[in-house]
Amino acid sequence: MDTVAHAVVPGPAFPVPYRVVARRAETADTVTMELANDDGPLDAFAPGQFAMLTAYGIGEVPISLSAVAVAGGRTRRLVHTVRAVGAVTRALCGAAPGAVIGVRGPYGTAWDLAAAAGRDVVIVAGGIGLAPVRPLVHAVLADRSRFGDVALLVGARTPADLVFRDDLRRWAGAGAQVAVTVDRPAGDWDGHVGVVPSLLPQARFDAGHAVAFVCGPEIMMRFTAEALIRAGVAPARVQISLERSMRCGCGWCGHCQLGPLLVCRDGPVVAYERVAHLLTVREL
Amino acid sequence: MASGTRPRTPPPALLDATALEALVDALRARGFTVMGPTVRDGAVVIAELTSAADLPYGVGVDTDAGRYRLRARDDRAAFGHSAGPQSWKNVLHPPRALVWSADRTPDGSMAGGEPARERRYALLGVRPCDLAAIKVLDRVLTGGRQADPVYTGRRDGNLIIAVECTEPGAVCFCSSMGTGPGTDDGFDLALTELVDGGEHLFVVRAGTGEGAEILAGLPARPADEGIVERAREAVGAAAGRMGRTMRPGSLPDLLAEARGSPHWDDVAARCLTCGNCTMVCPTCFCTTPEDVTDLTGDHAERWRRWDSCFDLDFSYLHGGSVRTSGRARYRQWLTHKLGTWHEQFGSSGCVGCGRCIAWCPAGIDLTREIDALAAAGAG
Repeated sequence: MDTVAHAVVPGPAFPVPYRVVARRAETADTVTMELANDDGPLDAFAPGQFAMLTAYGIGEVPISLSAVAVAGGRTRRLVHTVRAVGAVTRALCGAAPGAVIGVRGPYGTAWDLAAAAGRDVVIVAGGIGLAPVRPLVHAVLADRSRFGDVALLVGARTPADLVFRDDLRRWAGAGAQVAVTVDRPAGDWDGHVGVVPSLLPQARFDAGHAVAFVCGPEIMMRFTAEALIRAGVAPARVQISLERSMRCGCGWCGHCQLGPLLVCRDGPVVAYERVAHLLTVREL
Repeated sequence: MASGTRPRTPPPALLDATALEALVDALRARGFTVMGPTVRDGAVVIAELTSAADLPYGVGVDTDAGRYRLRARDDRAAFGHSAGPQSWKNVLHPPRALVWSADRTPDGSMAGGEPARERRYALLGVRPCDLAAIKVLDRVLTGGRQADPVYTGRRDGNLIIAVECTEPGAVCFCSSMGTGPGTDDGFDLALTELVDGGEHLFVVRAGTGEGAEILAGLPARPADEGIVERAREAVGAAAGRMGRTMRPGSLPDLLAEARGSPHWDDVAARCLTCGNCTMVCPTCFCTTPEDVTDLTGDHAERWRRWDSCFDLDFSYLHGGSVRTSGRARYRQWLTHKLGTWHEQFGSSGCVGCGRCIAWCPAGIDLTREIDALAAAGAG
């Protein structure tokens, strides 16, 4: 290894060590972990923002927060839900309580929940896309009287891929309409089958008066946003969370471009109308 | 000085070419690592200069699309060459850099940080196009919410000695990008080289107090108006000798409208997607991180290296890359450089140095591709 002796200084590129204090398997390939640092924690994260998580010696990946716990303007506890799809995410998913993970952040834009005050709220999530909207659901339900009707529409590939099942039950009892669909039924599944936008007709909300938050695979977000707009939701009131290769979180590495956007800086959360014309260009 | 008045620009001075030796010595005596042009491996590269004797006296270059050759000049000009394969990016934003290192602590955590700055660089011989490129990198890497510590660690405290261009090459088009061949700001000292009839002189202007202080220690004499005018004319003449021209008009609009142009297939049929253009470009800043550990796993480091939007992995997300075709990757490069860069960072990403034209193995010329895209759009 090309190692050089040198003095070191603190800085924005150096991850802050957080310790894994709790770990729960959500599905066969997805883990929710709680990270803690009581010494020098990071600035407060808002729902929709992401952190860069480092598995030391392996690499770093952008992961949204799946719950936000802020104390005194600092983030002492971070909750992340990670799906193992590559070397870094496999290492993160395998980190047992006591293990140390490096964290940088907060990065990116947050869900604009203020825009939904006094309005109906429609939250649509596909697969692991439920994780970045989970802190948003928490925020809405914690201040339930501020909003009109609240609908949460969730899709997964198969019943076994559904994350946060306990939460879905709890949220249904806490003032949200919760509907779930799967692409491919299996086992004793007797619920809805089909793509997420097919849940829209059964959700109760006033489209002309609603704000929508959508997170999932890009194709799912496109079709959902278009369906919402056809149903009468204003294009400016549909927010989506973009995904591109993000290697630094700070706009330094150039990887996360989508046309004029640097997704780590100008996103991940954007108004759909700002990017609709970009998402239809192949290989942009 | 009364508050509210602009600092008075000291009058231009004149240096004999032999004073370059005193200049390099003075910079080194002040503790600078002096970086400047020198000949290596058949090209003018940028390396540490230990003496002015390292400068490429009498070396010129012939460039064209896909071509770069050194040639002997019939004079002893030190800066009689147009842009080489390297730029100041190689110094300020190096091809490979340590980002941080950390060691396991007794309680199992990781402690460490970013490397501390060790050197202060003097950049000697910065062309106006390349000075503009440094300003572009400044905006990209320090203009965001957080400045890139690798870049600021090398950029902060720079002393910049610009050399105005009197020798544009066949691939140059700085005058149509508004970045050269002369310069009026962003330097500590600016030189204009005059070589003819056996005389070899530099007209020198100080742009900062530190530059003026260094100039005061050199064997300079006042420059009379006649010679200052000659220097101005030489730079003016260079503006008329650019080998290429970038089409005027809004390139962001042209490129946004050209996303579906069939011309991208035409470029893709010639482009090898080798990424040379991104490596030699003085503003292409993309990097990718590489994490490593020692055998014990108790010492970890993050390095980063230049990356290129022509690399297939560049746009990789779990499941596959966003841009797989050569067409999409060339479109990304050109559209970013000349179009979306404006929206992202408030200026063009191109300074008209022509390096991408000279070092493209297929001789692809972005000024011609822009003309072709405009023609295809109009047709």
